[in-house]
Amino acid sequence: MRKPKVIVLRTAGTNCDRETAFAFGAAGAETELVHINELTGRRKKLNDYSILALPGGFTYGDDVASGKILANELKFKLEEDLQKFIGDGKLIIGICNGFQILVKAGLLPNLAGDFQTIEATLTLNDSNKFEDRWVYLKNPNDKIQMTKCVWTKGINEVIRLPVAHGEGKFIPRDDRILKTLKRDGMIALEYTDEKGRKKGYPYNPNGSIEGIAGVCDRTGRIFGLMPHPERHILFHQGPEWTRTTRKNTKEGDGFTIFTNGVKFVRKHL
Amino acid sequence: MFWRVEVKEKDGFYDALGEAVKKDIEDLGFAGKVKEVKTVQVYLLDGELEEHHIKKICENLLIDPVTQSYACNGDTSGEEDYKALEVAYNPGVMDPVEESARKAVKDLGITALKSLKTARKYLIRGNLSDGNIHSIAENILCNKVIQHVVKNGSGAMAELPPYQFKLRYVDILNAGEQKLKSISKTGQLFLSIEEMRAIQRYFKSLGRNPTDCELETIAQTWSEHCKHKTFRGKIEYREEIQNPKSKIQNKSKNPNSKFKTTEIDNLLKSTIMKVTKELNKPWCVSVFHDNSGIIRFDEKNNICFKVETHNHPSALEPYGGAGTGIGGVIRDPLGTGLGAKPIVNTDVFCFGHPDYPYKKLPKGVLHPKRIMKGVVGGVRDYGNRMGIPTSNGAVLFDENFIGNPLVFCGNVGIMPKEKSFKKVCKGDLIVVVGGRTGRDGIHGATFSSGELTHKTKSELGSAVQIGNPIQEKKVTDTLLQARDKGLYSAITDCGAGGLSSAVGEMGEELGAEVYLEKVPLKYKGLNYDEIWISEAQERMVLSVSPQKADELISVFESENVEATIIGKFVGDGHLRLFFNGENVCDMSMEFVHNGLPAIKRKAVWKRPVFAEPRLRAADDLTPDLLGLLATLNIASKEWIIRQYDHEVQGGSVLKPLQGVNGGGPGDACITKPILDSDKGIILSCGINPDYGKIDPYWMAASVIDEALRQIVSVGGDISRAAILDNFCWGNTNKPDRLGGLVRASRACYDIAKAYGVPFISGKDSLNNEYSTGKKTISIPPTLLISCIAVMDDVTKAVSMDAKKTGNALFLIGTTKDELGGSQYYKMKGFVGNKVPTVDPVCGKKYMNALTKAIRKGLVRSCHDCSEGGLAVALAEMAFAGGLGMSIHLGAYKRPAKQRPLPNESLLFSESNTRFIVEVADENAFVRAMRDCPAWKVGYVRNDGAFKIFDLNEKVVVDTDIAKLKTAWQKPFAKF
Repeated sequence: MRKPKVIVLRTAGTNCDRETAFAFGAAGAETELVHINELTGRRKKLNDYSILALPGGFTYGDDVASGKILANELKFKLEEDLQKFIGDGKLIIGICNGFQILVKAGLLPNLAGDFQTIEATLTLNDSNKFEDRWVYLKNPNDKIQMTKCVWTKGINEVIRLPVAHGEGKFIPRDDRILKTLKRDGMIALEYTDEKGRKKGYPYNPNGSIEGIAGVCDRTGRIFGLMPHPERHILFHQGPEWTRTTRKNTKEGDGFTIFTNGVKFVRKHL
Repeated sequence: MFWRVEVKEKDGFYDALGEAVKKDIEDLGFAGKVKEVKTVQVYLLDGELEEHHIKKICENLLIDPVTQSYACNGDTSGEEDYKALEVAYNPGVMDPVEESARKAVKDLGITALKSLKTARKYLIRGNLSDGNIHSIAENILCNKVIQHVVKNGSGAMAELPPYQFKLRYVDILNAGEQKLKSISKTGQLFLSIEEMRAIQRYFKSLGRNPTDCELETIAQTWSEHCKHKTFRGKIEYREEIQNPKSKIQNKSKNPNSKFKTTEIDNLLKSTIMKVTKELNKPWCVSVFHDNSGIIRFDEKNNICFKVETHNHPSALEPYGGAGTGIGGVIRDPLGTGLGAKPIVNTDVFCFGHPDYPYKKLPKGVLHPKRIMKGVVGGVRDYGNRMGIPTSNGAVLFDENFIGNPLVFCGNVGIMPKEKSFKKVCKGDLIVVVGGRTGRDGIHGATFSSGELTHKTKSELGSAVQIGNPIQEKKVTDTLLQARDKGLYSAITDCGAGGLSSAVGEMGEELGAEVYLEKVPLKYKGLNYDEIWISEAQERMVLSVSPQKADELISVFESENVEATIIGKFVGDGHLRLFFNGENVCDMSMEFVHNGLPAIKRKAVWKRPVFAEPRLRAADDLTPDLLGLLATLNIASKEWIIRQYDHEVQGGSVLKPLQGVNGGGPGDACITKPILDSDKGIILSCGINPDYGKIDPYWMAASVIDEALRQIVSVGGDISRAAILDNFCWGNTNKPDRLGGLVRASRACYDIAKAYGVPFISGKDSLNNEYSTGKKTISIPPTLLISCIAVMDDVTKAVSMDAKKTGNALFLIGTTKDELGGSQYYKMKGFVGNKVPTVDPVCGKKYMNALTKAIRKGLVRSCHDCSEGGLAVALAEMAFAGGLGMSIHLGAYKRPAKQRPLPNESLLFSESNTRFIVEVADENAFVRAMRDCPAWKVGYVRNDGAFKIFDLNEKVVVDTDIAKLKTAWQKPFAKF
């Protein structure tokens, strides 16, 4: 079977590109690390790939605001390519800085449907500092068996992933947007405690409204999240593996997200 | 037209930065007086910009439309109730936002922007006078070394004056002794009179005076920082003969003590390097030779490790100093062999007390809390932005670090084994890659080699730099591509001494020619010698064959990195510099590198005697244990650790915080650099300035032991371990300071040799003293030992948190009456004298047995006993695992010759080579540890209670894990 092709987009300050590529590779995809100059210089074409991954990092130093400068670059220099990519039903995932980029480019949550209205933001953590910690996450749609998000399908128990960011507080622009996100199942992951209950800091590490950790667009194909699923692909990357006596467990909690993406491409594209 | 844009949070949105500043202001002594702080980001834009341009820039780039609004050109409505304080960077200091913001404006299709600068405005509401605001600016918000408070300003940018070339000679041919001294001093050369005379002789032989640039080059090359004159020179060493009856010290001040004198030629070669040479480990690939030490990792790859200090810059500008510290050490592996990919950072800091009274602060010194916050922030922002996990470190406090904090930064890199060596070829081009050159960091190498004084700040402000981690990240990304394509044959980093050191080093054999006007500059106006010695960050120097230059440059260009040919390696053994055709330097490399006169120093060692407390066998040691957990050196550093990304690159197997929800301090971290292989590296560190006060010999011995036992604790094997030394000392021109250094170095030889662990790299930072004119504060002698070990199967790793109710707890090793320099004594206000010793013959046996037991899967958790001794180690294991413990010291059988120890010693003595091990299968473990002292001291309990019973089965500690953990977390919870 032909392997789905994933483009892992890099630029100055991207730093989670290799492990993101590793995760997609482990999930059965063919991955390529591509610098944005190769796309804007037309040496590579976005359309040759089925999944666009925007990995974590500090693109352009997160100067001015996190993700903002690359978001503008996508918006002003690659708009047509992106529209076509999305229109063709292809997948996009933005992790951490990638999530910030998607939100600041207007690609998430994109309720207006025009790919440019800014409907939410990711801003400075309430603690005013960068924090690295393992969080508990829940897919809030698990009970109704109708997860819209392509990427979080089948995640029906509390999972653990690390967060590592200074600007991860998700704020919808207004109440109407928040209500729509909830009503239409676009909140894909929420910060919770061990038992899946919503709690304050440090369980919600940044003060995100309603503990929102990840959202998708209306199609469920564009997904952004602050936690790092690519850092928990393997059992031994986990936070408390030395406490268990489990043997032979190969996979970490983040792996499903990548296999979901790859499976979707195989089935639909 | 010039535009001033102010961006701030809309009403109703939380200004997290403002809140943090408010807290700092309260801590400064204005609690209750400050009601609110708001922050405003100021952008100053210049160019042919119309109003619609500015609107586009603001709405699409500068503001977050959800949370922020903006105002243009001085509209300050709504700020009437606030006092405004605006802070901007000094001219010539790199504005970290400028480069990327300019690019972003261009992306919007606006090309008329000429310059963009930033400033930050603080709006402070409360009952504060102008004097108070001034004090807030001085103490918290503005550092004069790099910033200034903007006065009534639009903040228009001052143009730098144009540059006019003039070649300057310094008259030394006719200079007498006084004149030579004054040339060295006014030129900030930090050269001794003997060195100045050697320079005079050389130029007499040439029949001319040196140019300023030539003198600068010599000063950089001969600096302590670059040449390690103390370690490599001759030392006449006198040591007090110890009373043979007292094993480790003379108990009283003896006026008739006898001394023994020895001559040492090259302390480094005769101690530290000698260990490595004699052990001759086959897996040591390149040691004490390149920018970092290289050892073998697996069949395809080598790893390299380097630790540096950045103490003086961090004292003056903590954020920039520490950031460029980590930035600089990352360039060491990057400049090792043909370049290694950086994979892990380590950081170790020593600070003054963060609660030190502001009023007692020596003149010219920044408050330790400000230093600590700045240093942590600098390391955080640089390391995180580079995408390198910071996974290991330590933080220590002592009042003697008040004027001179220590900032150790380390980095590990990995490279294909065939890329481990370099060679400069005749005719190769010299290419500088990365950041542009500015006035930053001039005189860094010489400045770090001198003593800090209260005047240093104003005289040498330019020695401090702000880093740009994204520049370094771009350089790293592209450099590794160029390496893999084989486009250059040698590389080194631009560190201390700038191009002067980098080119000087690479061209030592062949000679070099450099055309200084070709070096890309940040701004106009730099003199030729400034270009040559500037320590501007994020630059690497490559040696490139002319046939490959074009391809090399295009690799860098493809990701927006500048690479520029600035000269060539000519082959006639001369260093020649030109500026627009004018020859500004012409010296033989032989003189530059080997003309330094040999120095001979005097050293003496006499053991100091400290007051010895009398222990009153207390009935209840619970308060002491809780108190110890809350001392700064033992307390949780979670506040710092969590600010570092320790998971990036995905290789973190054993993390710095371990146990349930990361609730305990790990002994060492384990990283796997290759995600689909189970091979990993373990990193640990040993440091203890408190022992250094008593005897640097046993300090060095103890910290080597500590670093090694941490490796063993997590499942490592010391036969696969290598260590690095970083000495931070006071002024070694003073014989007593140098005497301590000799002792510490000798311990390095004795202990490392006996353990069979080679040194692979090291660095010394001497002259860590702070002088206020009248008084001099010297740091305690401090040696950091950083350890790296290769682990074949990381899935066998063990963490330190207690795992299961009912499991047995064993103590491995012997507890002795060694409370000297302990944290227990420190808490009680004493230093004491009985510093812990090391028996490496026994130690090696215990460690090897334990390594085997862990490999067999017999150990569920393991923690080494270090600061705070047995009781602290047990408490940490218990609360990290969320489980209680019952400990019975009666089960601990002391060695036959030892007198019974008081409870304080049993619980808090910091005797070396001891471990606590949690075991499920006791019999198997005891068999594995035969011939080693292994005592079953207790078991894990499920109810959270933590009890210790003494030799007579009387309870001496009775508490629970919640109380222990709260005590441990309290000191840094408020930051």
